[in-house]
Amino acid sequence: MEILVCIKRVPDTSENEIELNSNGNDIERDDLVYSVNEADNYAVEEALQIVAREGGNVTVVTVGSDEDDESLRREMAMGANRGVLISDEAFSSSDGKGIATILKAYVQQEHYDLILTGVQAEDSAAQIGGMLAAMLDYPFAALVNSIQVMDARKLKITREIEGGSKEVNEIELPCVLSIQTGINEPRYVGMKGIRQVASLNIPTLGLSELRVDASAVGEFAARVKREDYFVPAMGEGAEILQGSREVIIEKLIELMRAKGALK
Amino acid sequence: MGAAFLSPEQATYWFIPGWWLFLAIHVLGLTCFGYIVTKRLVPLVQGAPDFRFDRPWLRLQKVLQFWLGQWKHPRYKFAGILHILIFAGFIVLAIRAFAVLLLGAQQNFLSQSPPGMIGHWYEIVTEYAATVVFLCMVVAIGRRVFFKPARYAVPAKYGKGHDADAVFLLALIALLMIADSLYQASRTASLVQQGQIVELPAMLSLPWFIRNVLSVTPFSTLWNLYRGAYIVHQLTFYFLLCYRPFGIQFHVETSLFNIFFAKLDRGTVKPVKWDVSDEQSDQLKSLGVKRFEDFTWKHMLDFYSCADCGRCSDNCPANAVGRPLSPRFLTIKARDYSFEHYRVFGGSDGDQPLVGNIYSQDEIWSCTTCGACEEECPLLVEYIDKIVDLRRGLIDDGNVPQTLQRPLKALESRGNPYGKLEKKRAEWVKAAEFRHQCDVKILDESEAAETLFFVDSITSYDDRMQSIGRATAKILNRAGVDFGILGTKEKDSGHEVRRFGEEMLFRALRDDNVQAIRGSGVQRIVTADPHAFNSLKHDYKNLPPVEHISQLIARHLKSGQLHLKPVEDQSKVYAYHDPCYLGRHNHIYDDPRYVLDAIPGLRRVEMKRSRDRSFCCGGGGLMLFYEPKEEQRMGVVRVKMAAEAGANVIVTACPCCMANIEDAIKVAGLEGKMIATDLAELVEKQMTDNGPQIKPQLVQKQNELATVAHSS
Repeated sequence: MEILVCIKRVPDTSENEIELNSNGNDIERDDLVYSVNEADNYAVEEALQIVAREGGNVTVVTVGSDEDDESLRREMAMGANRGVLISDEAFSSSDGKGIATILKAYVQQEHYDLILTGVQAEDSAAQIGGMLAAMLDYPFAALVNSIQVMDARKLKITREIEGGSKEVNEIELPCVLSIQTGINEPRYVGMKGIRQVASLNIPTLGLSELRVDASAVGEFAARVKREDYFVPAMGEGAEILQGSREVIIEKLIELMRAKGALK
Repeated sequence: MGAAFLSPEQATYWFIPGWWLFLAIHVLGLTCFGYIVTKRLVPLVQGAPDFRFDRPWLRLQKVLQFWLGQWKHPRYKFAGILHILIFAGFIVLAIRAFAVLLLGAQQNFLSQSPPGMIGHWYEIVTEYAATVVFLCMVVAIGRRVFFKPARYAVPAKYGKGHDADAVFLLALIALLMIADSLYQASRTASLVQQGQIVELPAMLSLPWFIRNVLSVTPFSTLWNLYRGAYIVHQLTFYFLLCYRPFGIQFHVETSLFNIFFAKLDRGTVKPVKWDVSDEQSDQLKSLGVKRFEDFTWKHMLDFYSCADCGRCSDNCPANAVGRPLSPRFLTIKARDYSFEHYRVFGGSDGDQPLVGNIYSQDEIWSCTTCGACEEECPLLVEYIDKIVDLRRGLIDDGNVPQTLQRPLKALESRGNPYGKLEKKRAEWVKAAEFRHQCDVKILDESEAAETLFFVDSITSYDDRMQSIGRATAKILNRAGVDFGILGTKEKDSGHEVRRFGEEMLFRALRDDNVQAIRGSGVQRIVTADPHAFNSLKHDYKNLPPVEHISQLIARHLKSGQLHLKPVEDQSKVYAYHDPCYLGRHNHIYDDPRYVLDAIPGLRRVEMKRSRDRSFCCGGGGLMLFYEPKEEQRMGVVRVKMAAEAGANVIVTACPCCMANIEDAIKVAGLEGKMIATDLAELVEKQMTDNGPQIKPQLVQKQNELATVAHSS
């Protein structure tokens, strides 16, 4: 099975203190540590496990710049067979639809049975997977936390719903899935693995190689534009439940059930 | 009147001449033994290399101390003394056994004693030796059957008990002693009956008792007993010789070698592969121990040499709190694996992965590398290197618990396990009040100092532990030490990174630190973190001398440069907890105690488990992030020990201990009844104004400011 995993390099939310810059229109990016989006790691790990069972190859791709080379290499150190960097001046400042357009052009040049994305990028809006599927006219399922290969053309997938229950669906290949964190335990990538992939070749594909229409991508094609960044006003604090003890207990149980902590 | 006994070789056994029979037994016995040992060496030959032939004189000293001197045995008094007696008896009796082997089954040999006075005393000594060994066997069997010491117990998951096999072997040794004594006594009894003047067995020895019992036994019976005892002795001797390599009794033969080849360099961890340099190891396809054959030959010898005494597991803190690790069974399982897959009779098949087979991942990650097991083992079996090698194998395959992946990645990208910004590493020196009380130099192009205060990550970044850093700085200041810190150039010492198996990341951290340290030009290094201390001292090479703050304080107290004022609260009782990497791994027990005792009026008690028997707090560095499966926390066990000793203050000299112990005080429900303090914090509080107060530089600055103020 040929699997493509779309990854993104994002500021690591656990290793950075996200602050607004002095102009107040963006976050301070100078000192940020970047790493592969957490959900994407789960997607790559899932792809590797599927291929270990069924045979095949895992390719990782990202739309970005030279700095994203490091991210691709990290996933290759995990075990991905191939890394592809899609980069071009014309692609910068694309919105979600633009990125999906670019990826679609790439996918159509190759043959992939399954395309995975992380459910959401830590700095973004969980949109690429769905858009890409629509553009390719592939079926799409989101928040997948379990994948079973039924045969060459069908998968059984699961997602979690309210209260901790699971919904099982069948989906036909080729398809696009967005992967929920917790689907597996991603393997550790040590320094040794990273060193071993340091000299592998990662091709860069640009506007001409992908034959993308320049007017469909980039800053001017973007139909969603960022207006502002701001820190929300401080609220009152925690929610205090009111009422008699029985009432509070009832409310608490209701809340816990709704969040899936009780069955 | 009967004739004197012939020697057994001259007698006839069921029509077979004695000397022929015994020659056959010797040849068969020795050949079997030789064959068995050769088969046992097969996996060792395939194992990884281990350079253990250096410093032979030092090794010989260890043999004299730990093998001949049985140095570790008295740590468990009753069993220890028992074993020392058995060992001494074996040595004495073995001399005779060897003599028999070397000189062969000569005719008449055994009936002859060594000539003269030597022979006379040798006879007496061997008679008592046999008696002592016999009595020890009886006591040992009794212990096994009736008293059942807890550390011998085999939990169900590890299989059936080892008691039956143990009693069997003890009984055989007892039989050997009886046969030997019966052989002598029956001959003596026959001579006495004939009225001949003969040397009687030593008073109250086993042969003496038997001879008395046999004093009226008929001559022909004595003759049969005599010949029978001899053949039983020979058969038993050779059976034991050939049976020992199949179980824990193999330690009788391997102990001498195991101790000779024991690890000499404490405190550090073995390289990934002894015959591969650091640079070359980057190219290795596989790192660490994944299969049995990846172990070094010495580690395999360790598996053979384990005597199953259980002292290691009895002292292992992970075992005590119910983690899946028991050092004793780490060894026994590996030994059983090698017996099963490298058979004496039959071929060998190996090559299976260890983890997932005989070991579990949790088992391997549970170890805090505290070293209690290695400290206890009378055979000097090594554990930490094996755990680290197994972890290297797990890391190589990407099998790392999720709780550890985050700090490891943070160490790689930020040089600290918290993932906090590098530029904030020295923020602790800028704390409001502290800034005015104590000036801490940051060593860079413009600032230099004689001494480096290596702070390390937990003290730099953890809000609570920063106070240890500040206290240490104030002490260094008061002691007149010219010091500075590396600041943002400092990276985590990498001590736990290495012991968790991420060797390459460790090297990256180490190389960065070494570059920064050398670049700063310091002559000395001091640290308040025993993990950093151990790493800088043993894992890093070619650095200026390193010392722990407790050593520095002790020195300055002795020279009169530091003075401590009396305690205010006389009701407080203090107990010092020895951090593993200050105490057990580096033998620094007395300096911290000296410091505490130098505080007038301080009441100090010792916990039952102190010094080299100290109980690990739970582990430091990366271990603080790992979530083990356990029944309770090590820290909780430790604070309860302190309470039991009558203390209401625990003093420790390690920030990682502090983290675990302060947490444990809350979990144990002792909040308000027990507090924890760091040695540096305590000393800083008790420092008096006698003696040099402010560093000369600071005085100069104050004078400068005064001058400026005057001129404006």
